[in-house]
Amino acid sequence: MSVSKDQIIDFIYEEARMLDEGRHDEWLALWLTDGHYWMPLDYKQSDPINETSLLYEDMFMLKLRVERLNGARTFSQKPKSRCHHVIQRPFIDEMNGDTFVTNTSMHYVETRLDEQQLLALTARHDLTLVDGQLRIANKRIDILNCDAAFRNIQLLP
Amino acid sequence: MGFHVGNPKSAADLVQAHQVHRDVYISPDVYALEMKHVFANAWVFVGHESQTPKKGDYFATQIGNQPVIQVRHKPDDIHVLLNRCPHKGTKIVIDRQGNTGKFFRCPYHAWSFKTDGCLLAIPLKKGYEGTGLEKTQNGKGMKAVGAVKNYRGFIFARLADEGISFEEFFGDSLSSLDNMVDRSPEGRLEVVGPPLRYMHYCNWKMLVENQTDTCHPMVAHESSAGIAVKLYEELNLPKGAPKPAAMQIIAPFMSPYEFFEGMGIRTWPNGHGHTGVHHSIHSDYSAIPGYFEAMVETYGEEKAKTILDENRHNTVYFPNIMIKGPIQQLRTFIPLAADKTIVESYIYRLVGAPDELTARTAMYNRMINAPTSIVGHDDLEMYERAQEGLHVNGLEWVNISRLLEDDENHEGEAVLNGTTERQMRNQFDAWRKFMTYDQDQQEAAK
Ligand code: FES
Ligand SMILES: [Fe+2]
Repeated sequence: MSVSKDQIIDFIYEEARMLDEGRHDEWLALWLTDGHYWMPLDYKQSDPINETSLLYEDMFMLKLRVERLNGARTFSQKPKSRCHHVIQRPFIDEMNGDTFVTNTSMHYVETRLDEQQLLALTARHDLTLVDGQLRIANKRIDILNCDAAFRNIQLLP
Repeated sequence: MGFHVGNPKSAADLVQAHQVHRDVYISPDVYALEMKHVFANAWVFVGHESQTPKKGDYFATQIGNQPVIQVRHKPDDIHVLLNRCPHKGTKIVIDRQGNTGKFFRCPYHAWSFKTDGCLLAIPLKKGYEGTGLEKTQNGKGMKAVGAVKNYRGFIFARLADEGISFEEFFGDSLSSLDNMVDRSPEGRLEVVGPPLRYMHYCNWKMLVENQTDTCHPMVAHESSAGIAVKLYEELNLPKGAPKPAAMQIIAPFMSPYEFFEGMGIRTWPNGHGHTGVHHSIHSDYSAIPGYFEAMVETYGEEKAKTILDENRHNTVYFPNIMIKGPIQQLRTFIPLAADKTIVESYIYRLVGAPDELTARTAMYNRMINAPTSIVGHDDLEMYERAQEGLHVNGLEWVNISRLLEDDENHEGEAVLNGTTERQMRNQFDAWRKFMTYDQDQQEAAK
């Protein structure tokens, strides 16, 4: 079973659409169970463990994050935030058997009440083909202005 | 509005024993007064010495609304200078940190200054002959703060030339900083990476008060801590299986009121105080192999135990920082306007201790203090709702009377039930004191 470049690129687009449409359970199902979602704090940071990051979340944390969005007492999500990705065609940087690395530039917009913020991002996806399905092994989001002071970022780029 | 302009005494009257007037949070005039008086008369945190390890290294930050530079002038000598060219005001450094070499050079007209601020050279200096420039502050060089103290690696400064001494200002509250540093087997901390920077549209004091607000976690953070506990139970892990990291860090916020009552609050004079006298949410962190042994090596078993048995949760140092000794964290609440505050959250490495400790500290920082934190989101929501709600007219006082005692005073140390709002009252007592400190001194001298 092999996968074409187009299928990999479609996967990245589809993931962004799931996030924008709030289909979080489907999105969680894309992940391998030992995956991590990493959003570094420092420009070109190389260590997610021994330095502060904005996010370095395992599946337990990601589930918690997603479930919290719909909680009865999730005050910061009353009203809810919405998000919007505009992505550039992903580069496929590596194709090694069943594993793939992509690099995608995007503009991410998150909004709630009267506030809207725009973040310029680069996403790196480590993908693995499992039983004919592409899955997210790891995802890294670098924010262009990672050293700026941010307001709440409540949803996931 | 307008009423308090240039009148610190009238601002001080906004504070009563059991309540404070909303103007302390929303009035730009009161904000201007606290920048001019409270932040000038108090000792304010600047940075850590490890942020400027080598000669010429500098770090730019603010004391209240005053831009300052922490700079290493000599191997053992750190100075704090106002970040303003004495010529026409240009900020001397604009990046957050760097190395300036042997001197600062203003990029506008090339006036240069030694790293202790003294004027080094002015191009075409002849042009100032006979103008009297050398007699003015402008002709002397960059202005320095009134006083600087390096306490075990932490740099504090007082803007005012005259005023309370470092030792008197902090007194016994330094035991929290001591404990944080003593946790290094070498008695030394090092900053790790840049701080998280989180922008809040609320008054800086709301954030400081929240550090000892033990009645909010189980309410405001139910959505994160409560759901963490629920998801953990659903996992149905076998007994003794390692808990997910989030359970150690986030779940304790769901602890019942009795837990927070029992943990205790201690207050010290001049607005300092801490939660977690008897135990805290940091008490049950798992032991990290090799660490206790390294501590025993340095301190002997008894002292090592005493250091590590201390579980102080949040220690507030008036006016605007909080440290967490057991996990080597410092948060500084930098005021930008009456309704705008930036929070910077630093972590430090215990020199000589296993890396796993730094990893836990970094994890806590991102899980709790980041702009992406599901805990932080609900805190910010509460502060900003309060900042807006306080504009309601006809209900203009904020109540801070929980467990207020008759004849409460803040001259001495006190240990109380962990759900008291005494530390908030203590902060306002200090706020009032340092708001009028310079005036009071002048009047006493008359
Ligand atoms: S403003 Fe700095 S040298 Fe002129
Ligand atoms: Fe909180």
